[in-house]
Formats: sequence, C-alpha cells, structure tokens
Amino acid sequence: MANVTLRNVVKKYGVLEVVHSINLEIADSEFVVLVGPSGCGKSTTLRMVAGLEAISGGEVQIGGRVVNDLPPRERNISMVFQNYALYPHMTVRENLGFSLKVAKQAQPVIDDAVDKAAEILSLTPLLDRKPGALSGGQRQRVAMGRAIVRHPEVFLFDEPLSNLDAKLRTQMRVEIKKLHQKLKSTIIYVTHDQVEAMTLADRIVIMRDGHIEQVGTPLEVFENPLNTFVATFIGSPPMNLLDAVVKDGKLAFSDGTLIAMPPGYSQAEGQAVTFGVRADNIMPVGHALPHGEHMAEVEMEVNLTEPLGTETLLFSVLAGKEVQAKMFNPRPVQTGERMTFQIMLDKCHLFDAETGAALKR
Amino acid sequence: MATNMNHRIRRHSLKGLHFFGLFSAMMVLCVPGLWIVLNSFRPTVEIMAKPPVWIPNELNLDHYRAMFGGIGEGGVPVLTYFTNSLIISVTSTVIAILIGMAGGYAFARYKFKFKGGVFVALMVTRAVPGVALSLPLFIIFARVGIIDTHLGMVMAYVALNVPFTIWLIDGFFRQVPPELAEAAEIDGCTRWQAFWRVEFPVARSGIASAGIFAFLTSWNEYALASQLTRSTTSKTMPVGLLDFTSEFTLNWGGMCALAVLMIIPALILTFLVQKHLIAGLTFGGVKG
Repeated sequence: MANVTLRNVVKKYGVLEVVHSINLEIADSEFVVLVGPSGCGKSTTLRMVAGLEAISGGEVQIGGRVVNDLPPRERNISMVFQNYALYPHMTVRENLGFSLKVAKQAQPVIDDAVDKAAEILSLTPLLDRKPGALSGGQRQRVAMGRAIVRHPEVFLFDEPLSNLDAKLRTQMRVEIKKLHQKLKSTIIYVTHDQVEAMTLADRIVIMRDGHIEQVGTPLEVFENPLNTFVATFIGSPPMNLLDAVVKDGKLAFSDGTLIAMPPGYSQAEGQAVTFGVRADNIMPVGHALPHGEHMAEVEMEVNLTEPLGTETLLFSVLAGKEVQAKMFNPRPVQTGERMTFQIMLDKCHLFDAETGAALKR
Repeated sequence: MATNMNHRIRRHSLKGLHFFGLFSAMMVLCVPGLWIVLNSFRPTVEIMAKPPVWIPNELNLDHYRAMFGGIGEGGVPVLTYFTNSLIISVTSTVIAILIGMAGGYAFARYKFKFKGGVFVALMVTRAVPGVALSLPLFIIFARVGIIDTHLGMVMAYVALNVPFTIWLIDGFFRQVPPELAEAAEIDGCTRWQAFWRVEFPVARSGIASAGIFAFLTSWNEYALASQLTRSTTSKTMPVGLLDFTSEFTLNWGGMCALAVLMIIPALILTFLVQKHLIAGLTFGGVKG
C-alpha cells in the first residue's frame, strides 16, 4: 500500500495543454474519486499516474518514489478499464493469472492467487470460460479480479461502471466499496457520475477543464461547494441558482421578489450575487421537513412534476430561472397549480455573481 | 389470413430464387475446376471430342504417369518445379507477413509524419499491373544478375505482396482495442511482450488470412514468373505448365494433371487455416 502525490502535474498534447499544473495528496489506503464532465482531464490524469501517458511537467510519486519515467510495469499499480480490456484469447483463469505468469511465478502460486481472487469476486464457476461467453457484469468482475490478483500498491479505476446497466451499476458500486474495505488499498477512481463519486469516495476531487475545482469529503463538497460549478455538479438534482441583488439587507430577484438574507452573510448594498438553494431546501408549505427558524416564502406555479415515491420533484420558474423543489409526503399536484414554498435559509449559499466563487459567511 | 398466405408464398419463392441464384453462381465457379480435374484423368481423345463428352467412359492415371515419366515420354520435372514454387512462395510469404505486421501495426497504432501520404503511396503501387513491371524488372534483374534465381523471384513477390499485407494487417490491428496492450503493460509486460502475448494472438486470424492471400498470389503468379525464370533452377509450377505446349500440339491432359497438383497444396492450406479466417476473435475482450 502506498500514498500517491501529484505535484504541479501538467499534460500537453503539442501546444494544447489539457491538464494545468494540478496538485493532489492521496493518503495510504484512501479511496479518492476524480469526478468531472467529459474532457475535464480526469482520465488523462489517471493515465499519467498509470504510466500510459507521458507526463509533460511536474512530478508523480507513488509510495514516495518519483515514477515519472518508469514504465507502467514498474509502478506496482493495477488498472480497471472502462471497456474491461480482457484478453479475449485467454480463459478467465488465464486472464486472472496473466500478470503473475508474466512475473514468472510458479504455477502453484498462480493457481492459489487466482483461486483466492475468484472466490472474493464469486468468479469460481466461470474460470474456464472465455470473456466472450460472459455477461457485462461478469466481465467487469473479471477485470477487477485481474487487478487484485497481484496485490498492487495502488488501484486505478477508469470509469469501470459506465458500461453497465443502472441496476448492475448500483450492485457493483457496493462490491467495489466492500472490496476496498477488505483490501484496504489506495484507490484512485475516475467517473463522470457524481452519485458514484459521492457514494464511493473518502475524498472527492472535482475537476473542470484541466483544473481541480475542489477537494473534500463527499459531505464537505455537498454542503460547502466552493463555487457554482461544484454546487451544480454535485448533488441531484443540481442546486438551483438565481441571480439576485442586495437591497435593504435583503435579496431582490429580477422579478422583484424579496427574500431575507441567509443568516451569516453580510453583503454590501447593491452587490450582485448568485443565490443557491438545493431542491431539498425549498419545499411547499405543509410538505416540508422539520426546519430551522430562518425561513423565506415565495409563491410559484408548478409546471411539471416528477413523482419519485418518497418525494415528488416540482419544477417551477422564479425570476425567469427554472427552480426544482422537493415535496415530501407528496400528494398529487396539478400542473399550473400555484403553491407557496418555504426556503430554508440556513442551508442556502451565496456566490459572487461574476466569478461564481462562494462568498464567506 | 390472406396477408399471411401471401407472405408465406413470397418467402418460399424468395427462397427458391436464392437457391437458384446460388446454384448458378456455384456452377460458374466450379465447373472449370471440375473440368480440369476430370480431364486430368481421361484420355486425350475424350478431352478433344466434339461435342464434349460430359460423362467420362474411362478414367485412368496415364497423364500423371507420363508427367512423372522420363523426358522422352512427355515427362516434366514436376518435383523440381514444385520445390521451386514452394521455396519461393513460402519465403516470400514469410517475409511479406513480417514486414506487413511491422508496417500494419505502425499504421494502426502510431502517429508519424506523412502517414496518410505513405499509406496512399503504398496502395497506389497496387494499381500498377504486374505485367507492366515485367520488362523493367527483367532489365534490372538481368543487370544485377539475379534472373532465374530463387532470390530474384522472392524479391519480386515480396514487393508485390507487402502493400497488400500491410493494408490487411493494419485493418486487423485497428480492430484490436489499444487498451488490451495497455492492460498487458500494467500487468507487467514490456511493450514488446504486450505485442507478442496479447495483440498478436488476438489479431492472428487476420494475419493468417493475409498470409494465405500472399501465399496464393505467389503460388499462382504467372506473368512475372514467365519472364524472370528461365530454367529448372527457378521455374515455378505455373510456368511449368508451358512445358506441355509444343510447336504443333497442346498436351491438355498433362497440363490438367499438373494443374491439379498445383491446386492441391493451396486447397490443403486453405482448409487448414480456414478456421482462423473466421474473424470475431476480438469480440468479448472489451465491452460487448
């Protein structure tokens, strides 16, 4: 097991810079998830750690050792690919044992390690099949088995679940988490799915356009997003963002609606801000969760409903922007119905209208 | 009901048409071959008969006996021709496949300057008819002194086959996902090992088919060989067929017998490798 350090790591393709000098400390046996939209440089960063992409600048350390110029085989890592990359001409057993065979281990040692890995991932009945005869979920497990067989210092996962259907994805998510608890290994996991990131990670690294936007535990990034990008990227549905101006110590939206300033903020008169509130914190009267003392009320017309069972998502428009609200203990709602919504101000955020950076309370 | 009936009638008539079409196509393809085999076993009188005798009255091995017989009795140095053909075809195929693998892999995996241009240039060489090259080749080979040698023939056939094998193998390596080699590298392979232990076995069906094509091209080639070979030291079987022509007669029976001998190795090879020709080995390793 080992820690991983990225120091001012840069990736350039010719003149095009896709990863801009990122810094990251990953502790031993930590589960870190790199998350971000497509093209944000998360996979490239992972591939630089793996040694599959040359590092254009900066330094990557694994276990305190600079690995910039080491080939992948000397970095003591293993990787699970998005498309699994199983060797199609080998049986599952041979796939699992391949790395040990390349390392010229004795056959009994290989058999032993393969059997153990197969048992952990319940692959034992499939050992003599070829990858072509496996289902997507089984292939995924073989790919994971191939990674754990030789006890690497660091596991790298490159969007391993994105080719599975929704149900299987949830199952495999749990299995990956269990695997981490069992193996206590350092894991770097790349995904574009924020739910995966939230559920799996010890720490989340949110990336955009080759920059790291925020690093923190799932709850930290959920509760205290550093900017509007993180606020809308993490959490489902995304945080509602509304343009507002500070007026008489209150917030005025463009349609003239006034609400009280969220507690703790003291912004200058006339300052333009972005007001952020999650759907969980804006609820119709009578269908709200227990809440604190700082409340604001707005009236909105419901345009669309999405019943989810325990709650119903209500889509409305406030000051020209779409707002999603949650109705707990839901009752049927007609589109076009006007309802009064309560906003839990304690849970609201203010961002700088220009930079999108979170304002200090 | 009526639509159901109509549908069924249409399906049956389509099936009949398919069968008829396939039968005629196979007939056009197979009859000449069968005719050669048949002729190699029957007396010249019957071969030359007009109208043609479709059902043979008598089958014997006379033409084969004569072919393997002495010079005076219509014999030709079959074994020498066979050996020449084999040496030239196998050597040139092996070389063409090695170059094709290296080239095809490079075109499939690496970026380099003028890649597109080089590829097009290689393909353009295929557009030049082989016969057009025979005279320049003859002159060059004569000057260098490699007319009527195995070496000369091998060089000519390698040059003929390389663009084609590169093109074919490039296509097969393109179907092998690059992640396979990457996974192998992470599993502890060097770049070289990753190629031989993972990418090569996965693409071997494609390489085998490229090999067959190259072999058959060299094995069957006549136009160049007829110019560049002079004597039994390098004459290949297709050129050897001409031994059965003399000033006033054509020994059709003997020619057919030699042709049958030529076809046999090609047939055996195709049967041996045909299971590799079925692509699809690459499926399953990556997402399905």
